[in-house]
Amino acid sequence: AAALSAVESKYKVDEKPTPIKDVTTYNNFYEFGLDKGDPAANSGDFKPLPWTIKVDGMVNKPGTFDLEALIKEFPIEERTYRMRCVEAWSMVIPWDGFPLASLLDKVEPLGSAKYVAFETVVRPDEMPGQKGFFQSLDWPYIEGLRLDEARHPLTLLAVGLYGETLPNQNGAPIRLVVPWKYGFKGIKSIVRMTLTDQQPKNTWQVTNPQEYGFYANVNPAVDHPRWSQASERRIGESGFFGASRHPTLPFNGYADEVASLYAGMDLKANF
Amino acid sequence: MAELSLAIPKRWQPASVWLLYVVGLAPAAWTFYLGATDQLGADPVKTFELFLGIWTIRFLIATLAVSPARELLGWNYLRYRRALGLLTFYYALMHFAVYMVLDQAMDIHAVINDVLKRPFIMFGMAGLAMLIPLAVTSNNFSIRRLGKSWIWLHRLVTIIAACGALHFALSTKILDLEQYIYVGLIIALILYRSWRPIARSRKKGQGRTRNRAMASAS
Repeated sequence: AAALSAVESKYKVDEKPTPIKDVTTYNNFYEFGLDKGDPAANSGDFKPLPWTIKVDGMVNKPGTFDLEALIKEFPIEERTYRMRCVEAWSMVIPWDGFPLASLLDKVEPLGSAKYVAFETVVRPDEMPGQKGFFQSLDWPYIEGLRLDEARHPLTLLAVGLYGETLPNQNGAPIRLVVPWKYGFKGIKSIVRMTLTDQQPKNTWQVTNPQEYGFYANVNPAVDHPRWSQASERRIGESGFFGASRHPTLPFNGYADEVASLYAGMDLKANF
Repeated sequence: MAELSLAIPKRWQPASVWLLYVVGLAPAAWTFYLGATDQLGADPVKTFELFLGIWTIRFLIATLAVSPARELLGWNYLRYRRALGLLTFYYALMHFAVYMVLDQAMDIHAVINDVLKRPFIMFGMAGLAMLIPLAVTSNNFSIRRLGKSWIWLHRLVTIIAACGALHFALSTKILDLEQYIYVGLIIALILYRSWRPIARSRKKGQGRTRNRAMASAS
């Protein structure tokens, strides 16, 4: 990973960041395998550079953008966010990136665009989880946001963590970070974004609609069918004996910023 | 039936059963040591919990495989079946203890809620609860005392195996290859057990019941 020059930002939670060793060895990235250690172990052959992102659909100025040019164009900010996985564990991660809104402004979404759909790269030769007769998910991995969620100042396209470019296992070279949503919304190694008026069918919702929805807002009041979401294990902080459980906060602690996006919505039905 | 006994002198055979307990508990002891010394990765409690769960499944499969191995292949490991069954129970108990103490931090309310609300935990708890009477009666005294009821009681293992397979299969977001293999083995072993009594009743007068009880008592 190469050093990134990032500027401080006001988005910095006042909690101890999770050690980088844990952030880079405990990952869900099924393209590289199902175990938490697989992405770190199996992503050595992945080549994140050069990289381009195609932005198409309902926009005035569609295009294919070179990642290194984007990093030069937009100031890279350092933002320390809470990260809450749907599996009831959490981390605190110092990301480096730029707001998704910056890129959206550049392509000028049409008035009719309501959603953004995201797509992960498919490279079976470099991603062992996409190869072979047993495949865990349908590729490519798909995610989506409502346009107002995508434009929200908290929504980040991360290109690094801890001041260096993203390790392969964390979604190199560019990934989404939406801190008030469960981690699976943070799609990794993005190659395409499409502006659309149809709600995207995200991978986990398609795979298991009883357990995973489109919105996936962190919500301690709505249980996962197989476990409670009321509390979370903070990775790196809890040892073997003093398991440190934190209460899970509505919208992962970002309610002041984002709750208004969902005013009047039934969050139990739209989980 | 030609029976292949292990190539161990008879007087060492009781010791080999004790060795199985020691070897069988070693993975748990070693992994506990790794966890206690902070060498079990970023999420040590979950890792240990899942480790104990998968070993419960492995010992369950080994226990169920003893009879078919003897009847189909002529491998006689009957004297190890009690140890394998008890190891299944010990691992299930440790798996539950880690969930209760290290994972949920003794939050009884959360545990009760989990058990009542979540089918996969319900299956796991039911399996553990049914293992208790089997473990308690896994001794020669109980076998003599209970006679035929002992055999009926220990047929519970089929239902326990089904609970274990369901608990395991429903516990993850998607089934991976490893789970397909383990669950497939359990289903095959359950089917074998349910098919066997029918096959056996067609051959009359073999006195199998008495033989089996005596074999288990040996």
